[in-house]
Amino acid sequence: MNYKLIISIAKSLLKARFRQTMIAAIGVTFSITMFIALLGFMTGLNDLLDGLILNRTPHIRLFNEIKPSVVQPVNLSTAYKGYYHIIHSIKSENSRQDIYNSQAVMQAIKADERVQGFAPKIVTQVFYNDGTVDITGVVNGIDPQAETRLFHFGDYIVSGSVIDMKNISNSIILGKALAERLNANLGDMVQIITVKGDRFPLKLVGLYQSGINDLDKTQGYVYFNTAQKLLGKSNTYFTDIQIKLKDLNEAPAVAKEYAKKFGTQAEDIQTANAQFETGSSVRTIISYSVGITLLIVAGFGIYNILNMMIYEKMDTIAILKATGFSGRDVKAIFIFIALSIGIVGGFLGLIFGFAFSAIIDEIPFHTPSLPTITTYPVNYKAVIYFIATAFSLITTYLAGLFPARKASKVDPVVIIRGK
Amino acid sequence: MNNIILEARHINKYFHDPVTVKVLDDINFIISKEEFVSVVGKSGCGKSTLLYILSTMDTDFEGDVLIDNESLVHKKEIELARIRNEKIGFIFQFHYLINEFTVLKNVMLPGLKLAHFTEKEIEQRAIEKLEMLDIKDLALKMANKLSGGEKQRVAIARALINNPAIIMGDEPTGNLDKKNREIVFDIFKRLANDYQQTLLIVTHDSTLAEISNRSIEMEDGKIIRQ
Repeated sequence: MNYKLIISIAKSLLKARFRQTMIAAIGVTFSITMFIALLGFMTGLNDLLDGLILNRTPHIRLFNEIKPSVVQPVNLSTAYKGYYHIIHSIKSENSRQDIYNSQAVMQAIKADERVQGFAPKIVTQVFYNDGTVDITGVVNGIDPQAETRLFHFGDYIVSGSVIDMKNISNSIILGKALAERLNANLGDMVQIITVKGDRFPLKLVGLYQSGINDLDKTQGYVYFNTAQKLLGKSNTYFTDIQIKLKDLNEAPAVAKEYAKKFGTQAEDIQTANAQFETGSSVRTIISYSVGITLLIVAGFGIYNILNMMIYEKMDTIAILKATGFSGRDVKAIFIFIALSIGIVGGFLGLIFGFAFSAIIDEIPFHTPSLPTITTYPVNYKAVIYFIATAFSLITTYLAGLFPARKASKVDPVVIIRGK
Repeated sequence: MNNIILEARHINKYFHDPVTVKVLDDINFIISKEEFVSVVGKSGCGKSTLLYILSTMDTDFEGDVLIDNESLVHKKEIELARIRNEKIGFIFQFHYLINEFTVLKNVMLPGLKLAHFTEKEIEQRAIEKLEMLDIKDLALKMANKLSGGEKQRVAIARALINNPAIIMGDEPTGNLDKKNREIVFDIFKRLANDYQQTLLIVTHDSTLAEISNRSIEMEDGKIIRQ
């Protein structure tokens, strides 16, 4: 097939109907623009909302829960074997809250290929003391570097610096709301009283805002060494190990395995936050279906205009066929017209979509729950642009295919004689 | 036997809508090289129908057609298109130029499709043909800016571009005034006499029939005299 000739004929036909083809191309441009802007915005928002939970939640959390022993002495007694045991008022055993043999557990986790990283943690109840007022709260002993790397801890520090909590001994980062209640500013000393009654002065080096105010009213963060000192425990004392996996979906299986292997409780993220995944997948489905609907509507526009063009150009088609162009050539001409509408419209759509996304990205968006966000979140993932391009080509091709097939089947005799 | 350009063998054709009617009944004839043949007959006698069968555009018939010793039966659409392009130059009653193109491009189009020559050469040949028909100065005009007579001359130039084995015309003068009709007659005469072009023209114009070498007369789907 002589493509150069086909293209030059298609070009002339396009030029002759320039206004209509422009309108069809604008339809494609509009739909691609909206598709990209909508999906960029939606994905950005989804990532933000997912991040709220996902970034901060370990995929697996190992911990020891205080609960009654499963095996009670009566179960062990041979004398009552085979009897039905009824025991009232079982008390929880005075078991340790820390993870047994934590160093070896961490070694094992580190060696595991599926694990991206882990952060040990110590959680303990304290009183924050302000003059005569005691505020109940929680102190988390963490490793600020691991915590920032895996769980974006640093993103939520609104003033002060994360690393100071490690570099300055006996320092603390407080929830912003808690610091306000304690009337403490950066550099001030904050008194805390441990459960056992020991009093510690700690220097305030940073403020933390999680987006959940109730949490910010009670939480304080210290370096894990400091927490071990507060509690008077050894440097192997950890109550939690937070694990981030390479593949989130493996969490339930790995959690089960770890629980058995290490003899601790192990909670996976799917169990902890069952509802969140539903929301984000529903949002994704909705935005994709709206975007694809836009493209299909644009496809109908092209279909319409090509159909009209074919009725107008019956004479031309007949003459091409009579002078030796085959049905295949005629089909190629009209498919080329459709595709050029799609390519031009789609390309402009990509540019406008990007521009539109950039504009949305600049719109101020302040929310107290998300201190690091200042403008609307927009995602520029290449995959969105790729889908938009692919879809604009596919829909315009299909929209062109049916009119082109019709054109290729035009019987020149009918047209030439019918006049 | 090698100078036979076109041969029709036992052609039968029916129209089925609304009832089956036999429009061509056992048509047989031969056209040799350099002949100028006209097909005459009353309106509805089937002469145009015959022409569209001979021109490969209508494939729904019984019998056989050979162009340049090549049978048209059982050929695919794409092969028929190639034969049309290479062997046949067609002139219609209603000129049928492509309005989006210039005169030159209209003339060049079948040549570009055939692609036996480069674009430059085809352009050169197209200009020669226009010159031969005295319309060289129209070359760069858009097709829709021409008068009817000029359009028909451009259509003749287009029919000539691939040096076809045969030129077929369907009432080529049917839609022209007297002056232009005479110009076209003159062109046909020149083509036949000076350029030894084989022509097959369907017409009910008696003058055209007179200037041809041979007249095939049809009535009710049959050849009554040839």
